[in-house]
Amino acid sequence: MSLAILHWSLFASQLMLGLAMLAALWRIVSGPRAQDRILALDALYVVALLLLVTLGIRTNSQVYFEIAMLIALLGFVGTVALAKFLMRGEVIE
Amino acid sequence: MTRLFPHPLLSVVLLVFWLMLQQSAGLGHILMGAIVGTIVPLAARPVIGERVGLRRPLKALQLLGVVLVDVIRSNVAVFLVLLSPRPKPTEGFIEMQLKLSHPLGLATLACILTAVPGSAWLEYDQDRSTVLIHVFDLVDADEWVEIVKTRYESLLLEIFP
Amino acid sequence: MIANLPLWLSILVSAAVVLGSALTLAGCFGLVRLPTFYLRIHAPTMGTSLGGGLILLGSALYFSLTQGRVVFHELAIFVFVTVTTPVTLMLLARATLFRDRVEGGSAVPPSFRKPEPLATEAEMQTGIVETKAD
Repeated sequence: MSLAILHWSLFASQLMLGLAMLAALWRIVSGPRAQDRILALDALYVVALLLLVTLGIRTNSQVYFEIAMLIALLGFVGTVALAKFLMRGEVIE
Repeated sequence: MTRLFPHPLLSVVLLVFWLMLQQSAGLGHILMGAIVGTIVPLAARPVIGERVGLRRPLKALQLLGVVLVDVIRSNVAVFLVLLSPRPKPTEGFIEMQLKLSHPLGLATLACILTAVPGSAWLEYDQDRSTVLIHVFDLVDADEWVEIVKTRYESLLLEIFP
Repeated sequence: MIANLPLWLSILVSAAVVLGSALTLAGCFGLVRLPTFYLRIHAPTMGTSLGGGLILLGSALYFSLTQGRVVFHELAIFVFVTVTTPVTLMLLARATLFRDRVEGGSAVPPSFRKPEPLATEAEMQTGIVETKAD
């Protein structure tokens, strides 16, 4: 019983997070400007991270945390570099 | 001692974070964490000018509580706006003068205002100590200024004098 | 998943995870449906504040209680995400303000600082630009 509840709620939440990723992806593709795409990319990173966390609960393993942490780090650095590029035209001054 | 540990609080936080990531408190991990906690603040010294410290830990806890309540409230408010079939929030820019001038206090305030979904910190001008804030659903600009002043700035002024 | 899971725990974890995902989904839909960039900048913070917080809380509860020890990993991720997202959003907002002001199209409040003159008279005549060290 309790296992079924967890199973179906995890299914529902993964479905919702998948839809959220699609929504962010749509914004990345349609733009209209560079900053919109970068904002959506940042959101996509975060949703992917959360999806991995729910996957960790489903498979009862903690391996996914390492990947989630990596995504968090890379997403931050990537978005900062892109924002910097929009501001100045170059990443390292 | 001050030369070796320019930011004692930062060193402790790094050590705790290291142990959290390793998920254990073995001797080896503590040693490695201590090394990290020593080297990183030394390397960060040119970037972080003044000593990182907390003057009033209790006030910081109170601020954390206030922020938690506001995050929940703001999330619900923005969620309700987004649920409507044609979301039409009345956006608006606010310019407000801040008494707060401590860099760490300003950084904390910027993070709080941006992390709360209802508002975003856009720009700060040091010469005029004025900040530009974008608000998702702006009803009354003066009320917003008052909220930021009473809820966050007064506490931050006490924490970072 | 493990077999003998207490009912209250599964309900608690389920509620946290579903609620968190719903908030994140609402944020990302906001990214699609909101009309201007400055409005859209508010949308992803739902996923990083309460949405992500609830999902990570559910995960922390689940692992702490099924493994019999306190699991901190989620706290580390949460702190990292909540501290870094405002930084990226602020940088992005400033870049957008800068670009909007240069283009001068949409209604954006004017810059606090006075724009620096592009070149002085002397530089115009001689063609030599003195770079200021800053």
